[in-house]
Amino acid sequence: MVTPPDQRQTVEAATLSVEGVSKSFTTADGTCLTALDRFSLQVRAGELVSLIGPSGCGKSTLLRLIAGLDTPTAGESRIGDEPIRGPGAERGLMFQEASLFPWLSVRRNIQAGLVARGLLRQRREEVEELMRLVGLDSFAGAYPHQLSGGMAQRAALARALVNHPKLLLLDEPLGALDQFTRMRMQDEVLRLWQARGMTMLLVTHDIDEAIYMSDRIVLLTSRPGRVERILDVKLARPRQRNSPEFLELRAAILELLHFAGGGCGAESG
Amino acid sequence: MSDAGQNPPSRPDRGEPAAAAPLGALAPSLAALVALLAHRFLPDAQVLPMSWTDTLTAWAHPYPATLEAALAIGLIGAGAQLLFPSLRPAAGHYGPLAAAAVLGTCVWDLATLKLAWLPLPYFPGPDMVLAGMIDDRTILLDSTYRSLRLLLSGYSVGVAAGLTSGLLMGWFRRVRYWGMPLLKVLGPIPATAFVPLAMILFSNAFLAGTALIGLAVWFPVTMLTTSGIANVPVSYFDVARTLGGGRGYLIFRVAVPAALPSVFVGLFMGLGASFLTLIVAETLGVKSGLGWYLKWQQGYAEYDKVYAALVIMAVFFSGLMSLLFKLRDWVLGWQKGLIRW
Repeated sequence: MVTPPDQRQTVEAATLSVEGVSKSFTTADGTCLTALDRFSLQVRAGELVSLIGPSGCGKSTLLRLIAGLDTPTAGESRIGDEPIRGPGAERGLMFQEASLFPWLSVRRNIQAGLVARGLLRQRREEVEELMRLVGLDSFAGAYPHQLSGGMAQRAALARALVNHPKLLLLDEPLGALDQFTRMRMQDEVLRLWQARGMTMLLVTHDIDEAIYMSDRIVLLTSRPGRVERILDVKLARPRQRNSPEFLELRAAILELLHFAGGGCGAESG
Repeated sequence: MSDAGQNPPSRPDRGEPAAAAPLGALAPSLAALVALLAHRFLPDAQVLPMSWTDTLTAWAHPYPATLEAALAIGLIGAGAQLLFPSLRPAAGHYGPLAAAAVLGTCVWDLATLKLAWLPLPYFPGPDMVLAGMIDDRTILLDSTYRSLRLLLSGYSVGVAAGLTSGLLMGWFRRVRYWGMPLLKVLGPIPATAFVPLAMILFSNAFLAGTALIGLAVWFPVTMLTTSGIANVPVSYFDVARTLGGGRGYLIFRVAVPAALPSVFVGLFMGLGASFLTLIVAETLGVKSGLGWYLKWQQGYAEYDKVYAALVIMAVFFSGLMSLLFKLRDWVLGWQKGLIRW
């Protein structure tokens, strides 16, 4: 699908710098658990970076810190030059579960960000446009429980986009979908990314997804999470899932993950 | 099917076979006819006391007159569903229920007036009860109005207090820490146990009744609002915060709507508690209303009027319950299809 030029609404993308961020939790039995240890990462404006690593390597913790939902034990993250001090509408977040509000229709879910910031009146038409963009315009009045998994994630995506985030954080957003829906959604997310030009940070368990979508792939070590390796994906877009270069990169990552001590690896679904 | 507007006919697993609809539509008329014939032609076995109904001609007695009206309405209904097919699902669904209700009064008539299985004065037949209702219509209407006024006053006070304290306790951990023990100690005491205290604290019986009913409603509403708010999934708040929602948005646009299903359970429990407290309060201290009327007629051993008051209470209370159900259906419409009501 090609986005018509009039629907392009590029936002000023933001650079993200994570500098020496650590996060430890105290568990119920009193032991201290370090999820992230002096983690650093620079993401350029408009870049799409994937985070891959074994379960429990602190990927989700990192996203929550960048989203401002948690505060780091040490270190600091910045959006452009602004240090992150809490949640903000310029950073969108999308979870594995759609987490749509079940009491709101699709339209009201998508416009929630505008209602929350008192901007609904000025930007109401944009909600309709977003619903068309993610192909949910005929489901505007439906409630979340009436949607399929893929449709629910589209609605969640539109909801995250309504605030024009400069940085979109995706926490395994397609992990719960079947493979066909997932591949279609990967294309949709890419299309929106290209149309809007925002910076994106994607946490995934799926090596193919990371290669297919990202400019760079960050491999993380197991707990405490640290950067193991950063790989540049230099394949031209749109990418072929079965090109020799794609498969070569895939093999390399598998080997690296094996070298890293095994872990989540590629999922069949 | 769309005209039925009710859940049952629209559920495919309960749809009556097409042939049953005409029979169901005719059932109330048949039942009324049977009841009427039984009442007319079977000899009376209970020896009735003298009353104003003795001066009435046979056809003007309230019970047979009601049966005749039921017969007429039943026939009109059966005719209407023949003419308007859209009425058929509703007729097929409600017909058998209406017939059962009419047959129920017939059984009552047989067990009392006709066969005297149940003795007077404690078990009057439907004719006497209807006659009692007509005889005391002014005072019954007045009592119903006073009961309704007291109930609504107490229920609104209790709901307002319960929603407020439940919201505060659900949202603020510190309020929950101090409030929950108090709720757990005070809540389980039946509000009716506070009658002596209420009589001292309030000079006015209406205020005392309002306070008692309010207390009875406050407990379940607070309890379920608190737990509803405290159990809202954290992910909803995470989403709302990343969307730029402030505290007001988190409380009133996320916590409250997410807690509403639980709040409604509290509202239903509170309504049940309010009926109980209303009647006890009216019997014990408030000198008006249906509870007071019941007690008063019992004193005169006028059991036909006691039953009349019970019938009115049944209509009155179930009417209020249905109203709350309607409100729930409207407010929680998004749950339709998610859970089965």
